[in-house]
Amino acid sequence: MKRIALLGMPNTGKSTLFNRMTGAAARVGNWPGITVELLAGKILLGSDMIEIVDLPGIYDLHGFSEDEQVVRHFLHDNVPDLALIVLNATQIERQLSLLLQLKQLNLNMVVLLNMADEAKKFGITIDTAKMTEALGIPIFLLSAKYGNGYHEAMQAITRALRYTTPGMAENLRDQLKPDEQMESEMARVLQHSVQVPARLPDNLTSQLDHVMLHPWLGLPIFFGIMYLLFQGIFFFGQPLQGAVNELFGWLRDAAVEPLLSGLPAALQGLLLDGVYNGIATVTAFVPLIVLFFLFMAIVEDTGYLSRAAFLMDALMAKMGLDGRSFVMLLMGFGCNVPALMGTRVMRSRSLRLLTMLVIPFSLCSARLQVFVFITAALFSPKAAPLVLFSLYLFSFASAILTALLFKRRLPNNEPFVLELPPYRFPTMRQMVLRGWHEVYHFIHRAAKFIVAGVVLVWLLTHLPPSAAPASADTWAGIIGAWLHPLFEPIGITPELTIALIFGFVAKEIVIGSLAVIYGLGGDALSHALAQQLDWVQAYSFMLFTLIYTPCLSTIATLRSESKRTSFMWFSIAWSLVLAWAVSFLFYQGARMLGY
Amino acid sequence: MPAVALSTLAPGEVAVIVAIHTEEPLHQRLLAMGFRTGKQIELIRRARFSGPLQVRIGTTDILLRRNEAAKISVRRP
Ligand SMILES: Nc1nc2c(ncn2[C@@H]2O[C@H](COP(=O)(O)OP(=O)(O)O)[C@@H](O)[C@H]2O)c(=O)[nH]1
Repeated sequence: MKRIALLGMPNTGKSTLFNRMTGAAARVGNWPGITVELLAGKILLGSDMIEIVDLPGIYDLHGFSEDEQVVRHFLHDNVPDLALIVLNATQIERQLSLLLQLKQLNLNMVVLLNMADEAKKFGITIDTAKMTEALGIPIFLLSAKYGNGYHEAMQAITRALRYTTPGMAENLRDQLKPDEQMESEMARVLQHSVQVPARLPDNLTSQLDHVMLHPWLGLPIFFGIMYLLFQGIFFFGQPLQGAVNELFGWLRDAAVEPLLSGLPAALQGLLLDGVYNGIATVTAFVPLIVLFFLFMAIVEDTGYLSRAAFLMDALMAKMGLDGRSFVMLLMGFGCNVPALMGTRVMRSRSLRLLTMLVIPFSLCSARLQVFVFITAALFSPKAAPLVLFSLYLFSFASAILTALLFKRRLPNNEPFVLELPPYRFPTMRQMVLRGWHEVYHFIHRAAKFIVAGVVLVWLLTHLPPSAAPASADTWAGIIGAWLHPLFEPIGITPELTIALIFGFVAKEIVIGSLAVIYGLGGDALSHALAQQLDWVQAYSFMLFTLIYTPCLSTIATLRSESKRTSFMWFSIAWSLVLAWAVSFLFYQGARMLGY
Repeated sequence: MPAVALSTLAPGEVAVIVAIHTEEPLHQRLLAMGFRTGKQIELIRRARFSGPLQVRIGTTDILLRRNEAAKISVRRP
């Protein structure tokens, strides 16, 4: 099968083009020569199946960052039949340098000048025919976001694939021409084909930045936006959550229970109180999670995250981190795993490790589910949002404390240089695709972890058969009792201890496993929890859940990204120690104050 | 006019890059981002608390710390 590789600088629209080409049918794959996973998809072009690989964005082939090494190794070990070079048309003047470097590799190439719509707005004119002539490579204007020029581009790609790729340099880096030579060549190509107005019109971006990056208002506006986002998520998400809950309750009474009534009691219990209750309780959070990721995606797509990096860099520098670390922490609010992978853009290993050490304290959406459920069960509707907010503060505080404690052991002087893209607003199509992607991702995870998790919890709480379900004589009861001396000082009951053990695998299972342990779902579970726990215990439980290791996927990612098992163990151990210490201080402190 | 460090420009000031004195990896990155001698550069704004600077070269806006900006010499027109 022939293979196309997408290459270009960061933020040029490679992913947007990739999504347009492959639809949503992409998968993550492993490649020879590199340890990180890349997105790949298969499509039918003409009469052949073609594989498309989305490579990380790079600035140049000399580069020293992890991403740049990945691209070099990939090209070396998996020579593509066609390299599809994506450049930002509005920045053609400087991005041409990457193209000239790539040209020296003797690959079969097609060049797409993306964001043609923006270039037009800026008054930039590009004569692709002249440029094609000057460079001897087919060049096309494209707007991957809106689809203009897409048809012509695909035709050109199909044509180009008929030729075989000439070859590939053995040692990429040594072959590159010196910079001076490149510069004169760039000037030669640009001279006749590109015209950029001397001064850009004062556009929307400058006007917005005037407010968003205002010396005094910038930070308050940032926090205001975050606050509104969360309000929005709950405002729209909670009614939906209630509706899903009701739907599952109704489905259980109307269909599932009658359907299973013929089965033996034990199996019925496993399926109904184990699998069904567990899944239903977890699924009720899907609307909340999808909204959450959708809002995050919009913020990410608008380019506001780079603004956040600008606003926060000075503070982050005091913790040995930089503005990008802060952005990764924010991304971690969605899911820690992609945030950890995002640290690849950092070249200094110390900075990368320090950032990876603090990311797991980001209160991710899976933990949010646990907190939403528990706060709703144990706190008044008035207090609940405040409680949630306080957990976000604890999340930041844990990250800050960790960074301050370890910054001396992981010192860095990595330069902080970051592009500030113009504000862009996602199209409906992009949002729908993203939303669907999240639902798919959730179902995928549910199938993998949550079902297995709740079944295991059910077995642990119902075996051996002689024991009364969920009693002290079951295996779960025995484990709980065994760990009790450790968890008693922080107010966590044996039932909650079991849930915490499963939470180690994935936080999505925590509420599902509580549903199984208590044999209750939805509101009934909330009532049972409210009866058994007081608010101090519940808050201590939430603190522990917040701070200890997020999930197995995060651990695996820590291991694969740091390439050091010892770092992974260190992160696990530190988060457990910190979780216990914080819960202990809180619980004993609150009790001492008479709560 | 003598050359000064980029970090000394005031917001709104325009200058021309005359030299880049950074170590190799950062130099490469800056080149790819459009920092080349002879190019015009505008300082757009400075962040509070000695935070980063926002500069504009052609159609690209870039954030960089004052430390890094101190290593780039520019000449006011
Ligand atoms: N105006 C415009 N925006 C685009 C176009 N293609 C991509 N974008 C936007 O540019 C940003 C970066 O795109 P992305 O695909 O994530 O870039 P990547 O980093 O190269 O994968 C996103 O906000 C996209 O919505 C385009 O043709 N026109």
